[in-house]
Amino acid sequence: MLAYTFKRLLLTLPTLLLVALIVFFMIRLIPGDPAQVLLGEGADQASLAALRESLGLDKSLPRQFLTWAGNALQGDLGRSIVSDEPVIALIIDRFQLTAVVVLVAVALATIIAVTAGLIAAWRRDSGIDVAVVGTASLVMAIPSFWLGLILLLVFGLKLGWLPVVGYVPFSESASEAVFYLVLPILTLTIIESGMLTRMMRSSAIDVLQLEYVTHARAKGLAERTVLARHVFPNAFAPTLTLVGLTLGHLLGGIAVTETVFTLPGLGRLMVDSILARDYPVVQGCLLFTAVIYVLVNLIVDLLYPFFDPRVTAQ
Amino acid sequence: MIREFFTQLRLNAILGLFLVGVLLLVIALGLVWTPYDPLAIDLDHTLGQPSWSHWFGTDQFGRDVLSRAMLGARISTMIAVETVVVAVAAGAMLGVIAGFLRGWTDRALMTVTDAVLAFPGMLLALALIAVLGSSRRSIVLALSIAYLPSVLRVVRSAVLSIREREYVEASQVSGDSTLYTMVRHVLPNTLPPVIVLATSMFGWVVLSESALSFLGVGVPPPAPTWGNMLSMARPYMANAAWLSIVPGLCIAATLLGVNLLGDAIRDYFDPRREAR
Repeated sequence: MLAYTFKRLLLTLPTLLLVALIVFFMIRLIPGDPAQVLLGEGADQASLAALRESLGLDKSLPRQFLTWAGNALQGDLGRSIVSDEPVIALIIDRFQLTAVVVLVAVALATIIAVTAGLIAAWRRDSGIDVAVVGTASLVMAIPSFWLGLILLLVFGLKLGWLPVVGYVPFSESASEAVFYLVLPILTLTIIESGMLTRMMRSSAIDVLQLEYVTHARAKGLAERTVLARHVFPNAFAPTLTLVGLTLGHLLGGIAVTETVFTLPGLGRLMVDSILARDYPVVQGCLLFTAVIYVLVNLIVDLLYPFFDPRVTAQ
Repeated sequence: MIREFFTQLRLNAILGLFLVGVLLLVIALGLVWTPYDPLAIDLDHTLGQPSWSHWFGTDQFGRDVLSRAMLGARISTMIAVETVVVAVAAGAMLGVIAGFLRGWTDRALMTVTDAVLAFPGMLLALALIAVLGSSRRSIVLALSIAYLPSVLRVVRSAVLSIREREYVEASQVSGDSTLYTMVRHVLPNTLPPVIVLATSMFGWVVLSESALSFLGVGVPPPAPTWGNMLSMARPYMANAAWLSIVPGLCIAATLLGVNLLGDAIRDYFDPRREAR
Protein backbone atom coordinates (compact mmCIF):
# COMPACT_ATOMS: atom_id res chain seq x y z
CA MET A 1 0.00 0.00 0.00
CA LEU A 2 2.80 2.39 0.94
CA ALA A 3 4.75 1.48 -2.18
CA TYR A 4 1.62 2.00 -4.28
CA THR A 5 1.02 5.41 -2.73
CA PHE A 6 4.62 6.44 -3.26
CA LYS A 7 4.68 5.24 -6.87
CA ARG A 8 1.43 7.04 -7.62
CA LEU A 9 2.76 10.27 -6.06
CA LEU A 10 5.94 10.02 -8.09
CA LEU A 11 3.97 9.56 -11.30
CA THR A 12 2.21 12.91 -10.90
CA LEU A 13 5.49 14.86 -10.98
CA PRO A 14 6.25 14.64 -14.72
CA THR A 15 2.58 15.41 -15.46
CA LEU A 16 2.66 18.51 -13.26
CA LEU A 17 5.92 19.65 -14.83
CA LEU A 18 4.48 19.29 -18.34
CA VAL A 19 1.28 21.05 -17.31
CA ALA A 20 3.38 23.99 -16.14
CA LEU A 21 5.38 23.95 -19.39
CA ILE A 22 2.20 23.97 -21.50
CA VAL A 23 0.72 26.87 -19.56
CA PHE A 24 4.01 28.78 -19.74
CA PHE A 25 4.51 28.35 -23.49
CA MET A 26 0.88 28.97 -24.41
CA ILE A 27 1.26 32.64 -23.50
CA ARG A 28 4.57 32.77 -25.37
CA LEU A 29 2.66 31.66 -28.49
CA ILE A 30 0.89 35.00 -28.64
CA PRO A 31 2.81 37.13 -31.10
CA GLY A 32 4.59 40.13 -29.63
CA ASP A 33 6.48 41.02 -26.49
CA PRO A 34 5.31 38.80 -23.57
CA ALA A 35 5.61 41.72 -21.16
CA GLN A 36 3.32 43.77 -23.40
CA VAL A 37 0.90 40.83 -23.65
CA LEU A 38 0.84 40.36 -19.87
CA LEU A 39 0.43 44.04 -19.04
CA GLY A 40 -2.03 44.96 -21.78
CA GLU A 41 -2.08 47.82 -24.29
CA GLY A 42 -2.16 50.66 -21.78
CA ALA A 43 1.04 49.79 -19.92
CA ASP A 44 3.69 52.50 -19.45
CA GLN A 45 7.38 52.02 -20.27
CA ALA A 46 8.50 51.87 -16.63
CA SER A 47 6.24 48.98 -15.62
CA LEU A 48 7.01 47.19 -18.90
CA ALA A 49 10.71 47.39 -18.12
CA ALA A 50 10.06 46.24 -14.56
CA LEU A 51 8.09 43.22 -15.73
CA ARG A 52 10.70 42.36 -18.37
CA GLU A 53 13.23 42.40 -15.59
CA SER A 54 11.18 40.18 -13.25
CA LEU A 55 10.24 37.72 -16.02
CA GLY A 56 13.89 37.62 -17.01
CA LEU A 57 13.05 38.17 -20.67
CA ASP A 58 16.67 38.92 -21.50
CA LYS A 59 17.63 35.47 -20.20
CA SER A 60 17.21 32.12 -21.94
CA LEU A 61 13.76 30.43 -22.18
CA PRO A 62 14.59 27.65 -19.67
CA ARG A 63 15.70 30.29 -17.15
CA GLN A 64 12.48 32.22 -17.77
CA PHE A 65 10.46 29.10 -17.16
CA LEU A 66 12.28 28.34 -13.92
CA THR A 67 11.66 31.87 -12.66
CA TRP A 68 8.00 31.64 -13.56
CA ALA A 69 7.54 28.15 -12.08
CA GLY A 70 9.37 29.21 -8.92
CA ASN A 71 7.03 32.16 -8.48
CA ALA A 72 3.99 29.96 -9.19
CA LEU A 73 5.12 27.46 -6.54
CA GLN A 74 5.16 30.30 -4.04
CA GLY A 75 1.64 31.26 -5.05
CA ASP A 76 2.66 34.27 -7.13
CA LEU A 77 0.80 34.06 -10.43
CA GLY A 78 1.14 37.73 -11.32
CA ARG A 79 -1.47 40.45 -11.30
CA SER A 80 -4.65 40.92 -13.31
CA ILE A 81 -4.38 43.47 -16.13
CA VAL A 82 -7.97 44.53 -15.56
CA SER A 83 -8.27 44.81 -11.77
CA ASP A 84 -4.59 44.78 -10.72
CA GLU A 85 -5.47 42.24 -8.01
CA PRO A 86 -3.14 39.27 -7.45
CA VAL A 87 -4.30 36.44 -9.72
CA ILE A 88 -4.14 33.83 -6.96
CA ALA A 89 -6.51 35.88 -4.76
CA LEU A 90 -9.01 36.22 -7.62
CA ILE A 91 -8.86 32.48 -8.31
CA ILE A 92 -9.34 31.42 -4.70
CA ASP A 93 -12.19 33.88 -4.25
CA ARG A 94 -14.06 32.54 -7.30
CA PHE A 95 -13.14 28.91 -6.73
CA GLN A 96 -15.11 28.67 -3.48
CA LEU A 97 -18.43 29.17 -5.25
CA THR A 98 -17.57 26.71 -8.04
CA ALA A 99 -16.38 24.14 -5.51
CA VAL A 100 -19.63 24.29 -3.50
CA VAL A 101 -21.83 23.88 -6.59
CA VAL A 102 -19.70 21.12 -8.09
CA LEU A 103 -19.21 19.09 -4.91
CA VAL A 104 -22.91 19.11 -4.02
CA ALA A 105 -23.97 18.34 -7.58
CA VAL A 106 -21.48 15.50 -8.09
CA ALA A 107 -22.36 13.98 -4.71
CA LEU A 108 -26.07 14.04 -5.58
CA ALA A 109 -25.41 12.72 -9.08
CA THR A 110 -23.33 9.86 -7.67
CA ILE A 111 -26.06 8.86 -5.21
CA ILE A 112 -28.66 8.91 -7.99
CA ALA A 113 -26.38 7.00 -10.36
CA VAL A 114 -25.48 4.29 -7.85
CA THR A 115 -29.10 3.72 -6.84
CA ALA A 116 -30.56 3.83 -10.35
CA GLY A 117 -27.67 1.88 -11.87
CA LEU A 118 -27.83 -0.90 -9.28
CA ILE A 119 -31.59 -1.29 -9.54
CA ALA A 120 -31.50 -1.25 -13.35
CA ALA A 121 -28.77 -3.91 -13.41
CA TRP A 122 -30.55 -6.00 -10.79
CA ARG A 123 -33.84 -5.90 -12.76
CA ARG A 124 -32.15 -6.05 -16.13
CA ASP A 125 -34.44 -5.77 -19.18
CA SER A 126 -37.44 -4.92 -17.00
CA GLY A 127 -39.54 -1.80 -17.43
CA ILE A 128 -37.46 -0.05 -14.77
CA ASP A 129 -34.23 -0.88 -16.60
CA VAL A 130 -35.52 0.42 -19.93
CA ALA A 131 -36.74 3.59 -18.21
CA VAL A 132 -33.41 4.15 -16.45
CA VAL A 133 -31.30 3.56 -19.57
CA GLY A 134 -33.65 5.66 -21.70
CA THR A 135 -33.60 8.57 -19.27
CA ALA A 136 -29.82 8.38 -18.91
CA SER A 137 -29.34 8.41 -22.71
CA LEU A 138 -31.72 11.33 -23.05
CA VAL A 139 -29.96 13.28 -20.29
CA MET A 140 -26.59 12.70 -21.96
CA ALA A 141 -27.92 14.33 -25.12
CA ILE A 142 -29.07 17.53 -23.45
CA PRO A 143 -26.62 20.45 -23.41
CA SER A 144 -26.22 21.70 -19.83
CA PHE A 145 -26.74 25.32 -20.81
CA TRP A 146 -29.99 24.51 -22.54
CA LEU A 147 -31.29 22.52 -19.58
CA GLY A 148 -30.30 25.49 -17.40
CA LEU A 149 -32.19 27.91 -19.61
CA ILE A 150 -35.29 25.72 -19.63
CA LEU A 151 -35.20 25.31 -15.83
CA LEU A 152 -34.83 29.08 -15.50
CA LEU A 153 -37.75 29.55 -17.85
CA VAL A 154 -39.99 27.16 -15.90
CA PHE A 155 -39.01 27.75 -12.26
CA GLY A 156 -37.80 31.31 -12.52
CA LEU A 157 -40.04 33.01 -15.04
CA LYS A 158 -43.23 30.95 -15.33
CA LEU A 159 -43.61 29.75 -11.74
CA GLY A 160 -41.56 32.52 -10.13
CA TRP A 161 -40.27 30.20 -7.38
CA LEU A 162 -36.58 30.91 -7.78
CA PRO A 163 -34.48 33.96 -8.73
CA VAL A 164 -33.48 34.33 -12.39
CA VAL A 165 -30.25 36.32 -12.29
CA GLY A 166 -27.63 37.28 -9.77
CA TYR A 167 -26.09 35.81 -6.69
CA VAL A 168 -25.75 36.59 -2.98
CA PRO A 169 -22.41 35.49 -1.47
CA PHE A 170 -22.49 32.99 1.42
CA SER A 171 -20.76 35.52 3.65
CA GLU A 172 -23.75 37.88 3.34
CA SER A 173 -26.63 35.47 3.71
CA ALA A 174 -26.27 31.72 3.64
CA SER A 175 -30.00 31.04 3.25
CA GLU A 176 -30.30 33.41 0.31
CA ALA A 177 -27.14 32.02 -1.30
CA VAL A 178 -28.71 28.55 -1.25
CA PHE A 179 -31.75 29.98 -2.99
CA TYR A 180 -29.62 31.13 -5.90
CA LEU A 181 -27.71 27.86 -6.09
CA VAL A 182 -30.68 25.46 -6.31
CA LEU A 183 -31.07 25.66 -10.10
CA PRO A 184 -27.35 25.50 -11.01
CA ILE A 185 -26.92 22.49 -8.72
CA LEU A 186 -30.05 20.83 -10.11
CA THR A 187 -28.84 21.38 -13.68
CA LEU A 188 -25.40 19.89 -13.05
CA THR A 189 -26.82 16.98 -11.04
CA ILE A 190 -29.17 16.00 -13.87
CA ILE A 191 -26.51 16.32 -16.57
CA GLU A 192 -23.79 14.47 -14.71
CA SER A 193 -26.01 11.63 -13.48
CA GLY A 194 -26.57 10.34 -17.06
CA MET A 195 -23.14 8.96 -17.84
CA LEU A 196 -22.52 7.86 -14.22
CA THR A 197 -25.75 5.86 -14.16
CA ARG A 198 -24.85 4.01 -17.35
CA MET A 199 -21.38 3.28 -16.00
CA MET A 200 -22.75 1.96 -12.71
CA ARG A 201 -25.36 -0.19 -14.43
CA SER A 202 -22.82 -1.62 -16.82
CA SER A 203 -20.33 -2.65 -14.13
CA ALA A 204 -23.09 -3.91 -11.82
CA ILE A 205 -24.27 -6.21 -14.63
CA ASP A 206 -20.76 -7.64 -14.88
CA VAL A 207 -20.50 -8.14 -11.14
CA LEU A 208 -23.96 -9.74 -10.83
CA GLN A 209 -22.82 -12.55 -13.13
CA LEU A 210 -19.85 -13.45 -10.94
CA GLU A 211 -19.85 -16.63 -8.92
CA TYR A 212 -19.50 -15.09 -5.51
CA VAL A 213 -22.81 -13.29 -6.02
CA THR A 214 -24.48 -16.64 -6.76
CA HIS A 215 -22.71 -17.98 -3.69
CA ALA A 216 -23.97 -15.11 -1.52
CA ARG A 217 -27.50 -15.73 -2.76
CA ALA A 218 -27.16 -19.46 -2.19
CA LYS A 219 -26.20 -18.76 1.40
CA GLY A 220 -29.70 -17.35 1.71
CA LEU A 221 -28.74 -13.70 2.09
CA ALA A 222 -31.49 -11.21 1.40
CA GLU A 223 -31.28 -9.53 -2.03
CA ARG A 224 -30.80 -6.20 -0.31
CA THR A 225 -27.73 -7.52 1.51
CA VAL A 226 -26.34 -9.13 -1.64
CA LEU A 227 -26.65 -5.83 -3.52
CA ALA A 228 -25.32 -3.66 -0.73
CA ARG A 229 -22.51 -5.85 0.61
CA HIS A 230 -21.36 -7.79 -2.44
CA VAL A 231 -22.39 -6.08 -5.65
CA PHE A 232 -22.06 -2.40 -4.73
CA PRO A 233 -18.40 -2.26 -3.54
CA ASN A 234 -17.10 -4.12 -6.57
CA ALA A 235 -19.28 -2.41 -9.13
CA PHE A 236 -18.51 1.01 -7.67
CA ALA A 237 -14.76 1.02 -8.41
CA PRO A 238 -15.01 1.94 -12.15
CA THR A 239 -17.75 4.46 -11.37
CA LEU A 240 -15.49 6.02 -8.76
CA THR A 241 -12.84 6.64 -11.42
CA LEU A 242 -15.44 8.36 -13.57
CA VAL A 243 -16.62 10.40 -10.56
CA GLY A 244 -13.02 11.50 -10.08
CA LEU A 245 -12.60 12.50 -13.72
CA THR A 246 -15.91 14.37 -13.65
CA LEU A 247 -15.07 16.11 -10.41
CA GLY A 248 -11.61 17.07 -11.66
CA HIS A 249 -12.97 18.57 -14.84
CA LEU A 250 -15.94 20.33 -13.27
CA LEU A 251 -13.90 21.91 -10.47
CA GLY A 252 -11.87 23.53 -13.24
CA GLY A 253 -14.86 25.64 -13.97
CA ILE A 254 -18.39 25.10 -15.03
CA ALA A 255 -18.11 28.09 -17.33
CA VAL A 256 -21.30 27.35 -19.23
CA THR A 257 -23.53 26.73 -16.22
CA GLU A 258 -22.09 29.77 -14.46
CA THR A 259 -22.86 31.86 -17.53
CA VAL A 260 -26.47 30.69 -17.69
CA PHE A 261 -27.07 31.46 -14.02
CA THR A 262 -24.77 34.51 -13.89
CA LEU A 263 -22.73 33.03 -11.04
CA PRO A 264 -19.30 34.57 -10.39
CA GLY A 265 -17.38 31.27 -10.34
CA LEU A 266 -13.99 30.17 -11.62
CA GLY A 267 -15.22 29.25 -15.11
CA ARG A 268 -16.80 32.66 -15.57
CA LEU A 269 -13.55 34.29 -14.40
CA MET A 270 -11.67 32.42 -17.11
CA VAL A 271 -14.15 33.31 -19.86
CA ASP A 272 -14.29 36.97 -18.83
CA SER A 273 -10.49 37.10 -18.73
CA ILE A 274 -10.27 35.60 -22.21
CA LEU A 275 -12.76 38.12 -23.57
CA ALA A 276 -10.81 40.94 -21.84
CA ARG A 277 -7.42 39.53 -22.94
CA ASP A 278 -6.39 39.40 -19.29
CA TYR A 279 -3.65 36.83 -19.93
CA PRO A 280 -2.14 36.56 -16.44
CA VAL A 281 -5.56 35.48 -15.14
CA VAL A 282 -6.08 33.07 -18.06
CA GLN A 283 -2.68 31.56 -17.36
CA GLY A 284 -3.38 31.31 -13.62
CA CYS A 285 -6.80 29.71 -14.13
CA LEU A 286 -5.41 27.13 -16.53
CA LEU A 287 -2.59 26.16 -14.19
CA PHE A 288 -4.91 26.05 -11.19
CA THR A 289 -7.54 23.85 -12.89
CA ALA A 290 -4.95 21.42 -14.22
CA VAL A 291 -3.33 21.07 -10.80
CA ILE A 292 -6.75 20.50 -9.21
CA TYR A 293 -7.48 17.82 -11.81
CA VAL A 294 -4.21 16.03 -11.16
CA LEU A 295 -4.77 16.19 -7.38
CA VAL A 296 -8.37 14.91 -7.56
CA ASN A 297 -7.26 11.98 -9.69
CA LEU A 298 -4.42 11.28 -7.30
CA ILE A 299 -6.91 11.11 -4.42
CA VAL A 300 -9.24 8.84 -6.41
CA ASP A 301 -6.38 6.52 -7.27
CA LEU A 302 -5.34 6.39 -3.65
CA LEU A 303 -8.94 5.56 -2.63
CA TYR A 304 -9.23 2.88 -5.30
CA PRO A 305 -7.55 0.03 -3.35
CA PHE A 306 -10.25 0.29 -0.68
CA PHE A 307 -12.80 -0.82 -3.25
CA ASP A 308 -10.59 -3.09 -5.28
CA PRO A 309 -7.60 -4.44 -3.26
CA ARG A 310 -6.18 -6.14 -6.37
CA VAL A 311 -4.96 -2.73 -7.57
CA THR A 312 -2.11 -2.47 -5.09
CA ALA A 313 -0.89 -5.91 -6.05
CA GLN A 314 -0.24 -4.87 -9.64
CA MET B 1 -35.22 -12.31 -23.07
CA ILE B 2 -32.53 -12.42 -25.74
CA ARG B 3 -35.04 -11.59 -28.43
CA GLU B 4 -36.28 -8.72 -26.31
CA PHE B 5 -32.97 -7.06 -26.26
CA PHE B 6 -32.27 -7.56 -29.83
CA THR B 7 -35.44 -5.69 -30.67
CA GLN B 8 -34.50 -3.01 -28.18
CA LEU B 9 -31.05 -2.77 -29.69
CA ARG B 10 -32.46 -2.45 -33.18
CA LEU B 11 -35.00 0.14 -32.08
CA ASN B 12 -32.15 2.23 -30.69
CA ALA B 13 -30.15 1.87 -33.87
CA ILE B 14 -33.18 2.74 -36.00
CA LEU B 15 -33.98 5.81 -33.90
CA GLY B 16 -30.33 6.88 -34.06
CA LEU B 17 -30.19 6.40 -37.84
CA PHE B 18 -33.46 8.25 -38.21
CA LEU B 19 -32.29 11.29 -36.22
CA VAL B 20 -28.92 11.45 -38.00
CA GLY B 21 -30.71 10.96 -41.34
CA VAL B 22 -33.03 13.88 -40.61
CA LEU B 23 -30.01 16.02 -39.74
CA LEU B 24 -28.29 15.13 -43.02
CA LEU B 25 -31.49 15.75 -44.99
CA VAL B 26 -31.94 19.15 -43.35
CA ILE B 27 -28.35 20.07 -44.19
CA ALA B 28 -28.77 18.88 -47.79
CA LEU B 29 -32.02 20.79 -48.13
CA GLY B 30 -30.42 23.87 -46.60
CA LEU B 31 -27.77 23.83 -49.32
CA VAL B 32 -30.35 24.49 -52.01
CA TRP B 33 -33.29 26.04 -50.18
CA THR B 34 -34.22 27.71 -46.91
CA PRO B 35 -37.65 29.27 -46.28
CA TYR B 36 -36.06 32.73 -45.91
CA ASP B 37 -32.58 34.20 -46.17
CA PRO B 38 -31.05 33.18 -42.78
CA LEU B 39 -29.20 36.50 -42.55
CA ALA B 40 -31.92 38.83 -43.86
CA ILE B 41 -32.94 41.37 -41.22
CA ASP B 42 -36.63 42.32 -41.16
CA LEU B 43 -37.24 44.93 -38.49
CA ASP B 44 -41.02 44.90 -39.09
CA HIS B 45 -41.31 41.34 -37.81
CA THR B 46 -38.99 41.11 -34.81
CA LEU B 47 -39.61 38.45 -32.16
CA GLY B 48 -42.52 37.04 -34.15
CA GLN B 49 -44.26 34.05 -32.61
CA PRO B 50 -44.21 30.72 -34.44
CA SER B 51 -46.83 30.93 -37.19
CA TRP B 52 -47.64 29.48 -40.61
CA SER B 53 -45.31 31.91 -42.36
CA HIS B 54 -42.49 31.46 -39.80
CA TRP B 55 -42.78 27.94 -38.34
CA PHE B 56 -40.26 28.55 -35.57
CA GLY B 57 -40.89 32.29 -35.25
CA THR B 58 -38.41 35.12 -35.82
CA ASP B 59 -35.59 36.49 -33.67
CA GLN B 60 -34.88 39.99 -32.35
CA PHE B 61 -33.78 41.13 -35.82
CA GLY B 62 -36.77 39.54 -37.55
CA ARG B 63 -34.64 36.76 -39.01
CA ASP B 64 -36.42 33.46 -39.65
CA VAL B 65 -35.45 30.98 -36.90
CA LEU B 66 -36.10 27.88 -39.04
CA SER B 67 -33.79 29.14 -41.79
CA ARG B 68 -31.13 30.02 -39.26
CA ALA B 69 -31.41 26.64 -37.56
CA MET B 70 -30.99 24.96 -40.97
CA LEU B 71 -27.85 26.96 -41.76
CA GLY B 72 -26.68 26.44 -38.18
CA ALA B 73 -27.00 22.66 -38.66
CA ARG B 74 -24.59 22.88 -41.59
CA ILE B 75 -22.05 25.08 -39.79
CA SER B 76 -22.12 23.05 -36.57
CA THR B 77 -21.89 19.74 -38.42
CA MET B 78 -19.06 20.92 -40.68
CA ILE B 79 -17.04 22.12 -37.70
CA ALA B 80 -17.64 18.83 -35.90
CA VAL B 81 -16.67 16.75 -38.95
CA GLU B 82 -13.49 18.77 -39.55
CA THR B 83 -12.52 18.52 -35.88
CA VAL B 84 -13.12 14.77 -35.74
CA VAL B 85 -11.12 14.23 -38.94
CA VAL B 86 -8.15 16.28 -37.71
CA ALA B 87 -8.18 14.80 -34.20
CA VAL B 88 -8.63 11.22 -35.42
CA ALA B 89 -5.98 11.47 -38.14
CA ALA B 90 -3.35 13.00 -35.87
CA GLY B 91 -4.36 10.94 -32.83
CA ALA B 92 -4.34 7.65 -34.76
CA MET B 93 -0.92 8.37 -36.23
CA LEU B 94 0.63 9.24 -32.87
CA GLY B 95 -1.21 6.37 -31.19
CA VAL B 96 0.21 3.82 -33.66
CA ILE B 97 3.69 5.27 -33.20
CA ALA B 98 3.42 5.15 -29.40
CA GLY B 99 1.88 1.70 -29.20
CA PHE B 100 4.05 0.08 -31.85
CA LEU B 101 7.46 1.52 -31.04
CA ARG B 102 6.91 1.37 -27.24
CA GLY B 103 9.86 2.34 -25.06
CA TRP B 104 11.03 5.90 -24.92
CA THR B 105 8.76 7.32 -27.63
CA ASP B 106 5.75 5.76 -25.96
CA ARG B 107 6.60 7.10 -22.52
CA ALA B 108 7.19 10.62 -23.83
CA LEU B 109 3.93 10.67 -25.81
CA MET B 110 1.92 9.28 -22.92
CA THR B 111 3.29 11.83 -20.46
CA VAL B 112 2.35 14.66 -22.81
CA THR B 113 -1.08 13.08 -23.28
CA ASP B 114 -1.63 12.86 -19.53
CA ALA B 115 -0.62 16.49 -19.15
CA VAL B 116 -2.98 17.68 -21.89
CA LEU B 117 -5.79 15.55 -20.42
CA ALA B 118 -5.27 17.34 -17.09
CA PHE B 119 -6.85 20.45 -18.60
CA PRO B 120 -10.63 20.36 -18.81
CA GLY B 121 -11.27 20.07 -22.57
CA MET B 122 -13.50 23.13 -22.70
CA LEU B 123 -11.03 25.34 -20.84
CA LEU B 124 -8.11 24.18 -22.97
CA ALA B 125 -10.11 24.96 -26.10
CA LEU B 126 -11.09 28.34 -24.63
CA ALA B 127 -7.48 29.19 -23.83
CA LEU B 128 -6.27 28.08 -27.25
CA ILE B 129 -8.91 30.23 -28.92
CA ALA B 130 -7.78 33.13 -26.74
CA VAL B 131 -4.26 32.62 -28.07
CA LEU B 132 -5.18 31.83 -31.69
CA GLY B 133 -7.94 34.42 -32.04
CA SER B 134 -11.64 33.73 -32.54
CA SER B 135 -12.26 32.29 -35.98
CA ARG B 136 -13.71 29.15 -37.46
CA ARG B 137 -10.29 27.71 -38.13
CA SER B 138 -9.03 28.27 -34.61
CA ILE B 139 -12.18 26.61 -33.20
CA VAL B 140 -11.48 23.49 -35.24
CA LEU B 141 -7.81 23.55 -34.27
CA ALA B 142 -8.49 24.19 -30.57
CA LEU B 143 -11.12 21.44 -30.31
CA SER B 144 -8.90 19.02 -32.25
CA ILE B 145 -6.04 19.57 -29.82
CA ALA B 146 -8.40 19.14 -26.88
CA TYR B 147 -9.78 15.84 -28.22
CA LEU B 148 -6.58 14.42 -29.72
CA PRO B 149 -5.31 12.80 -26.49
CA SER B 150 -8.42 10.60 -26.13
CA VAL B 151 -7.89 9.26 -29.67
CA LEU B 152 -4.21 8.69 -29.00
CA ARG B 153 -5.00 6.64 -25.88
CA VAL B 154 -7.65 4.48 -27.53
CA VAL B 155 -5.52 3.78 -30.60
CA ARG B 156 -2.43 3.07 -28.51
CA SER B 157 -4.19 0.50 -26.36
CA ALA B 158 -5.59 -1.18 -29.49
CA VAL B 159 -2.10 -1.25 -31.04
CA LEU B 160 -0.65 -2.86 -27.92
CA SER B 161 -2.69 -6.00 -28.63
CA ILE B 162 -2.43 -5.78 -32.43
CA ARG B 163 1.37 -5.73 -32.39
CA GLU B 164 1.43 -9.18 -30.79
CA ARG B 165 -0.56 -10.79 -33.62
CA GLU B 166 0.98 -13.20 -36.12
CA TYR B 167 0.47 -11.06 -39.21
CA VAL B 168 2.54 -8.26 -37.68
CA GLU B 169 5.30 -10.70 -36.82
CA ALA B 170 5.07 -12.16 -40.33
CA SER B 171 5.42 -8.71 -41.86
CA GLN B 172 8.48 -7.96 -39.73
CA VAL B 173 10.10 -11.32 -40.40
CA SER B 174 9.60 -10.96 -44.15
CA GLY B 175 11.73 -7.82 -44.02
CA ASP B 176 9.15 -5.03 -44.26
CA SER B 177 10.29 -1.72 -42.85
CA THR B 178 8.82 -0.66 -39.51
CA LEU B 179 6.99 2.19 -41.21
CA TYR B 180 5.46 -0.15 -43.79
CA THR B 181 4.30 -2.59 -41.09
CA MET B 182 2.74 0.25 -39.11
CA VAL B 183 0.89 1.77 -42.04
CA ARG B 184 -0.05 -1.41 -43.87
CA HIS B 185 -0.83 -3.83 -41.03
CA VAL B 186 -1.27 -2.03 -37.74
CA LEU B 187 -3.14 1.15 -38.67
CA PRO B 188 -6.02 -0.54 -40.59
CA ASN B 189 -6.70 -2.86 -37.66
CA THR B 190 -7.24 0.01 -35.25
CA LEU B 191 -10.26 1.02 -37.32
CA PRO B 192 -13.09 -0.55 -35.24
CA PRO B 193 -12.30 1.25 -31.96
CA VAL B 194 -11.53 4.44 -33.90
CA ILE B 195 -14.92 4.36 -35.63
CA VAL B 196 -16.66 3.87 -32.28
CA LEU B 197 -14.70 6.72 -30.74
CA ALA B 198 -15.15 9.03 -33.73
CA THR B 199 -18.92 8.62 -33.56
CA SER B 200 -19.20 9.59 -29.92
CA MET B 201 -16.58 12.29 -30.43
CA PHE B 202 -18.75 13.85 -33.11
CA GLY B 203 -21.45 14.31 -30.47
CA TRP B 204 -19.03 15.79 -27.91
CA VAL B 205 -17.64 18.20 -30.48
CA VAL B 206 -21.11 19.42 -31.47
CA LEU B 207 -21.74 20.00 -27.76
CA SER B 208 -18.38 21.74 -27.17
CA GLU B 209 -18.73 23.93 -30.22
CA SER B 210 -22.21 25.02 -29.18
CA ALA B 211 -20.90 25.70 -25.66
CA LEU B 212 -18.04 27.82 -27.06
CA SER B 213 -20.49 29.75 -29.22
CA PHE B 214 -22.79 30.11 -26.23
CA LEU B 215 -19.92 31.63 -24.24
CA GLY B 216 -19.29 34.11 -27.02
CA VAL B 217 -15.96 32.78 -28.33
CA GLY B 218 -17.34 30.53 -31.05
CA VAL B 219 -18.20 31.24 -34.66
CA PRO B 220 -18.56 35.03 -34.92
CA PRO B 221 -22.04 36.38 -35.80
CA PRO B 222 -23.97 36.96 -38.01
CA ALA B 223 -23.30 33.36 -39.11
CA PRO B 224 -25.72 31.24 -37.07
CA THR B 225 -24.72 28.21 -35.05
CA TRP B 226 -27.05 26.53 -32.58
CA GLY B 227 -24.83 27.72 -29.75
CA ASN B 228 -24.78 31.40 -30.66
CA MET B 229 -28.52 31.32 -31.41
CA LEU B 230 -29.06 30.10 -27.84
CA SER B 231 -26.66 32.67 -26.46
CA MET B 232 -28.52 35.49 -28.22
CA ALA B 233 -31.89 34.12 -27.12
CA ARG B 234 -31.10 34.47 -23.43
CA PRO B 235 -32.22 38.12 -22.95
CA TYR B 236 -35.54 37.38 -24.70
CA MET B 237 -36.29 34.23 -22.74
CA ALA B 238 -39.31 35.67 -20.95
CA ASN B 239 -41.33 36.75 -23.99
CA ALA B 240 -39.77 34.73 -26.82
CA ALA B 241 -39.20 31.26 -25.39
CA TRP B 242 -39.11 29.67 -28.86
CA LEU B 243 -35.76 31.34 -29.48
CA SER B 244 -34.25 29.25 -26.67
CA ILE B 245 -36.23 26.09 -27.32
CA VAL B 246 -35.58 25.56 -31.04
CA PRO B 247 -31.73 25.52 -31.11
CA GLY B 248 -31.61 23.49 -27.88
CA LEU B 249 -33.91 20.85 -29.36
CA CYS B 250 -31.72 20.74 -32.48
CA ILE B 251 -28.60 20.08 -30.39
CA ALA B 252 -30.37 17.52 -28.19
CA ALA B 253 -31.85 15.63 -31.17
CA THR B 254 -28.48 15.54 -32.93
CA LEU B 255 -26.66 14.32 -29.83
CA LEU B 256 -29.31 11.70 -29.07
CA GLY B 257 -29.13 10.41 -32.64
CA VAL B 258 -25.35 10.29 -32.70
CA ASN B 259 -25.12 8.66 -29.25
CA LEU B 260 -27.67 5.96 -30.12
CA LEU B 261 -25.89 5.30 -33.40
CA GLY B 262 -22.58 5.21 -31.54
CA ASP B 263 -23.94 2.63 -29.08
CA ALA B 264 -25.21 0.51 -31.94
CA ILE B 265 -21.84 0.65 -33.73
CA ARG B 266 -20.02 -0.24 -30.52
CA ASP B 267 -22.27 -3.23 -29.94
CA TYR B 268 -21.69 -4.32 -33.52
CA PHE B 269 -17.89 -4.30 -33.09
CA ASP B 270 -17.91 -5.60 -29.53
CA PRO B 271 -20.69 -8.17 -29.17
CA ARG B 272 -19.66 -8.94 -25.59
CA ARG B 273 -20.95 -5.55 -24.49
CA GLU B 274 -24.25 -6.03 -26.29
CA ALA B 275 -27.05 -3.65 -25.37
CA ARG B 276 -25.44 -1.95 -22.47
